[in-house]
Amino acid sequence: MTATINTTDPAEIAKFEAMAAEWWDPQGKFKPLHMLNPCRLDYICSQIAAEFDRDLAGERPFAGLRILDIGCGGGLLCEPMARLGAEVVGVDAAAGNIPVAATHAQQSGLEIDYRHGTAEALVDEGERFDVVLNMEVVEHVADPLAYLTACHDLLKPGGLMVCSTINRNPKSFAMAIVGAEWVMRWLPKGTHDWAKFITPDELFDLIARAGLEPVDRKGFVFNPVTWQWRLSARDLSVNYVTASTRAA
Amino acid sequence: MDNPAAGSIFPGMTKRSDILITGGGLNGPALALALSRAGFSVTVIDALPRPAREAGGFDGRSYALALASQRLLANLGLWTDLADRAQPMLEIKVSDGRPGEGPAPFFLHFDHAEIEEGPMGYMLEDRFLRRALLAAMEAAPGVTHLAEETVVSQEATEAGIAVTLASGTRLEGGLLVGCDGRSSGTARRAGIRRQGHGYGQTALVCAIAHEKPHHGIAHQFFMPSGPLAILPLPGNRSSIVWSERDAAAREIQALDAAEYLAALRPRFGDFLGDIALEGDRFTYPLSLSLAERFVAPRVALVGDAAHGLHPIAGQGLNAGLRDVAALAQVLGEARRRGEEPGALPVLERYEQWRRFDTAALAMATDGFNALFSNDSPILRIGRDLGMGLMSRLPRLRRGFIREAAGLTGELPELMRG
Repeated sequence: MTATINTTDPAEIAKFEAMAAEWWDPQGKFKPLHMLNPCRLDYICSQIAAEFDRDLAGERPFAGLRILDIGCGGGLLCEPMARLGAEVVGVDAAAGNIPVAATHAQQSGLEIDYRHGTAEALVDEGERFDVVLNMEVVEHVADPLAYLTACHDLLKPGGLMVCSTINRNPKSFAMAIVGAEWVMRWLPKGTHDWAKFITPDELFDLIARAGLEPVDRKGFVFNPVTWQWRLSARDLSVNYVTASTRAA
Repeated sequence: MDNPAAGSIFPGMTKRSDILITGGGLNGPALALALSRAGFSVTVIDALPRPAREAGGFDGRSYALALASQRLLANLGLWTDLADRAQPMLEIKVSDGRPGEGPAPFFLHFDHAEIEEGPMGYMLEDRFLRRALLAAMEAAPGVTHLAEETVVSQEATEAGIAVTLASGTRLEGGLLVGCDGRSSGTARRAGIRRQGHGYGQTALVCAIAHEKPHHGIAHQFFMPSGPLAILPLPGNRSSIVWSERDAAAREIQALDAAEYLAALRPRFGDFLGDIALEGDRFTYPLSLSLAERFVAPRVALVGDAAHGLHPIAGQGLNAGLRDVAALAQVLGEARRRGEEPGALPVLERYEQWRRFDTAALAMATDGFNALFSNDSPILRIGRDLGMGLMSRLPRLRRGFIREAAGLTGELPELMRG
């Protein structure tokens, strides 16, 4: 189900372009993602560079790596990975995102393989990757262990999974649901179900049960004064990210 | 980055670089150097002919480099050759004065011994800095210097920006950075409006040779007509920056050398002994000119193009170099994480970083000047008391020294020691 933009209806193309513009507008609907993105990318890039011994200052440092982004949306992670030289597949369960992401990649002059589907479907197709990006997805799935097992199956031996999600405690309820959804209106109400949030220990346990080895975890911490996110080694109380590897 | 210097549809007619820079003065070359080190290909479009940038005679212009700016030059590999040419500023003395009266009894004294980082800054002649930057820029990998070229049009698209030069050459890049001064054509063509006002004052700038040594001490006298700075140059020479009301400045500038010196002499007394002019005399009308935005799609502004400040505290070049270091860092970080360096979300990080500092500095210099350029007896007494108070409060004074050295705020990596 590889998606190239094969629609010939100009109205459809215009709609996709408008939606791509919306995804990529830093002040628009996806502002919270744009604010978090540099911090997420810093973590992802440094983990990939460390795992595969790449120099981020060089030209196309991720050349030769095959990277999957699950829940790719408008391509906010896929495009940077492609720009760094990786062969990128972006998958999203929402079919509408696929032509939107493909339209923007074309505007950016990047080649990215966007597909409508799920991690489980890719396993069935026999796909394998060096890196699986699993960002802000696990808190939305019905069966996290089954989902993480699919992520494991998608990795080549020696592969790396980066997985981020939201902690479950009173502070994360206040920040992610009351703050982000009700007060700031960063996200539509009902985006998150607090009961599905996962603590770092629970996530590490699930990752291990899925057959991967958890190797690192860091917090994403929002500073309301500088209006910026940063990585923290200690504060994993709300948003956090993990790295795990599949045995070589 | 992607396809450095790769031709597009008409090879040989359109040249592509990651980043285009307008302005070949000081900020433009410094930015080109910093970006080259971060792995970008850069083209610098300079309106002046190359010999003008290379000229080696002393023309009387020099800069007070804050410590942070000196560190930037050191981190760009320029300081080794410049160190011998530069005069460290070891102390700064600030006092209130009126012509013929000498300094008021209370004056502020900032000594570098009170902060641990070293001298508060350095005085460096324009010719040395300009030539060092030109040579380093031309030797830097991936940097092209186009002398005697001006931009006639620029067009931002979703994927980048195209620029047409007066010669007909077409350039393409992911980003166009305007280092083209307070009447920035880059800003105007991008539709960025400016706010500002004149101060009714003009800075008279010259260099003098003097009989007695300056001991590395910079002086700032607040005269009713405007501030007068005496800044130490290597040897028995100093740079003078002298503000007068516009009409008075015009009259003084029209004087011959002997009359000019006669006008200057009583303003700071005779503590440097006999004085003589060196190099040319310059005038700069003082005005504040702030761009409403520092960025636009595929465009960023640096230095006076973003914020032409009143040069009362000598912070114009220092603020510009701080922009250079901040922009180079933001773009370098974006490149390493695979973001598109010219994309608006990336540029807005630079704007956010620099706008706050700039607005604060503009307001502070504006207020400082209004307070000091005044002969009201009440303000004068207040000033003297304030200075006396500050002289007695070491912590407040240390804060001032660190501010003058450019060590406050969030320092870009290139300016850290």
